Amino acid sequence: MRRRSLLLQVGIASLLLALLALLVNNLAVNLLRTGLGLDFGWLGRPSGFALAESALPYSPSDSYLWALTIGWLNSLKVIAAGLVLATLLGVAAGAARSSSNRLLRSVAGGYVALIRQVPLLLQLLFWYFVAFLGLPETPIGDLIRLSNQGISLLGVPLSVEFCAVLTGLTVFTGASIAEIVRGGVNAVPRGQWEAFRSLGLSEGLGLRRIVLPQALPAILPALTSQYLNLAKNSTLAIAVGYADLYAVSDTTITQTGRAIEGFLLLLISFLLLNLLISGGMAGINATVLGRLRRSR
Amino acid sequence: METRAVLQEVHEIWDNPSRIVPTLMLRTCNRLLVGATIGLVALVSGCASIDGVSESRLDLVKQRGELLCGVSGKIPGFSFLSAEGSYTGLDVDICRAMAAAFVGDAEKVQYRPLTAPERFTALRSGEIDLLSRNTTWTLSRDATGGNGLSFGPVVFHDGQGLMVPKESGIASLEDLSGKAICVGSGTTTEQNLNDTFAAEGIPYTPIKYQDLNQVVGGYLQGRCAAMTSDRSQLASARSGFADPEKHVILADRLSKEPLAPAVVGGDQTMADAMRWVVLALIEAEERGITQANVNEMVEQAQADAGQTSLRRFLGVDGALGSKLGLADDFVVQVIRATGNYGEIYDRHLGPSSPVSIPRGANRLAEDGGLMIAPPFT
Repeated sequence: MRRRSLLLQVGIASLLLALLALLVNNLAVNLLRTGLGLDFGWLGRPSGFALAESALPYSPSDSYLWALTIGWLNSLKVIAAGLVLATLLGVAAGAARSSSNRLLRSVAGGYVALIRQVPLLLQLLFWYFVAFLGLPETPIGDLIRLSNQGISLLGVPLSVEFCAVLTGLTVFTGASIAEIVRGGVNAVPRGQWEAFRSLGLSEGLGLRRIVLPQALPAILPALTSQYLNLAKNSTLAIAVGYADLYAVSDTTITQTGRAIEGFLLLLISFLLLNLLISGGMAGINATVLGRLRRSR
Repeated sequence: METRAVLQEVHEIWDNPSRIVPTLMLRTCNRLLVGATIGLVALVSGCASIDGVSESRLDLVKQRGELLCGVSGKIPGFSFLSAEGSYTGLDVDICRAMAAAFVGDAEKVQYRPLTAPERFTALRSGEIDLLSRNTTWTLSRDATGGNGLSFGPVVFHDGQGLMVPKESGIASLEDLSGKAICVGSGTTTEQNLNDTFAAEGIPYTPIKYQDLNQVVGGYLQGRCAAMTSDRSQLASARSGFADPEKHVILADRLSKEPLAPAVVGGDQTMADAMRWVVLALIEAEERGITQANVNEMVEQAQADAGQTSLRRFLGVDGALGSKLGLADDFVVQVIRATGNYGEIYDRHLGPSSPVSIPRGANRLAEDGGLMIAPPFT
């Protein structure tokens, strides 16, 4: 019996390997036939194109590799900010949905219902073309300046493209996170709520100190998927003119004609990024579970 | 089953060319069948050329008494279906000029709206006689080893341009220094923009979107000081704005896109006829012959035997038309129908038209443009 299942597994594994080999072989043969072989020599050549924003100094005389790196940093910037803001928004909305305040509950419910029904691309286009590009020139005090050419927060200039992508990703992912948080909170036995109330703890404090920690094991795995989604969804940034990795790759591929190499790099970059996110989340998950086990 | 029926019918049509028009007319309602027909006709015509059938397409057009002209139908100013249901535009007037020269009546044209991927197949398969659909003349489209077409003279020198709001006061590339420019990503448009600004050493911020609609959106919302695309596309996009007169296209050109009519390659009679009809439009403008004064000019030429070159051009003397397989007075027929090149341009793309594009490179050579006709001798 055991031998048969072992044989089966070996069979399936070799089948998968054969399929992979076939695909790789196909790629290699096709590349040879068209007279292209994989070649990354162009990465060192000057890119010749300008970018709207860069975290580190960049000029068109820099290499394609550096242009792609700048694009990757731009992606990273919006993803990192998006992860933090979406988590805050999601937890707040999720907690609000479990709140005893009816107004808060229905506002949060309306937000989740509205955002989850509309495609992200449409939301991004709305945030960019309607909300941010519609901004009139409005200085709010000395620290915040709003205009459709850019937004300045505490003296830090942010492009409207960045703000639109960030807002779109945050609001969209926040709605999904809210549902995950609500699900996790609901999974905590009602007795826990009654217990902290009987101890005289306030609703907010009880939620933070008693309920949420116990809800975490149910929340974290699903949260990881949402984080990965946010990272992948950031490639939609090109629709609203943000110079992310995908947009830079797009230009690079057009100029060099190196589509396969370009897509391979794109693939590897996102794989690395997402491995980083899921690795980090796995670490957090393990810590939380360990703590909970110890506290019991 | 269906394929076999189509194949049989194609053979019938092929044996009897005069049936092509009515049959194809019936077909327009069934796109799928048309597609199949194009493919099969292409196959059959490939075989036929081996047999050495050398009748020119021009004879077929004259025999039919009607020109089948491929247009876009979707570009204001070039070919666009008007509210009255007829096609108008520069490309359409080229079709009309051809019909006037080939069959003596500019109205004897059947227009075929074609998409970009369809156009060359439609021409090669014989579904149309002539393609007049803002098509860029390139080596691979012309060469036998490529699409194997014969291009006529350029009827519109298009090229990438920049559009700015009139009130911005921007008049040249230098004025755009350090400003944001909206551009479609992943196209040669973006590359041309980079090349031009890099060569001039002018810094700028590209705001890259994925398609033209978003570029227009970003530009209209004031994100960029300018937007860039092919000039004909800029002008067409502008004609859809709420206030088109508040936007201007700069005179600078960032790339060259010469648009020309085309026929199937290897048919010199047809290609020459097409070529010299376009050149007649240009020559007429050089000579100041217009739709309004053409009859007067003919009388003048007939009365004065000393005006030898005018007499030749208008077909009073010599037999230039006959050499092309056309009527000797084909120039007169053409100008009566459409006017000269300048008149056609002004009608569809001039300052008072909805799609206004400065003439720039499309002026006559004597005015500093690129339009010139070889001698009519």
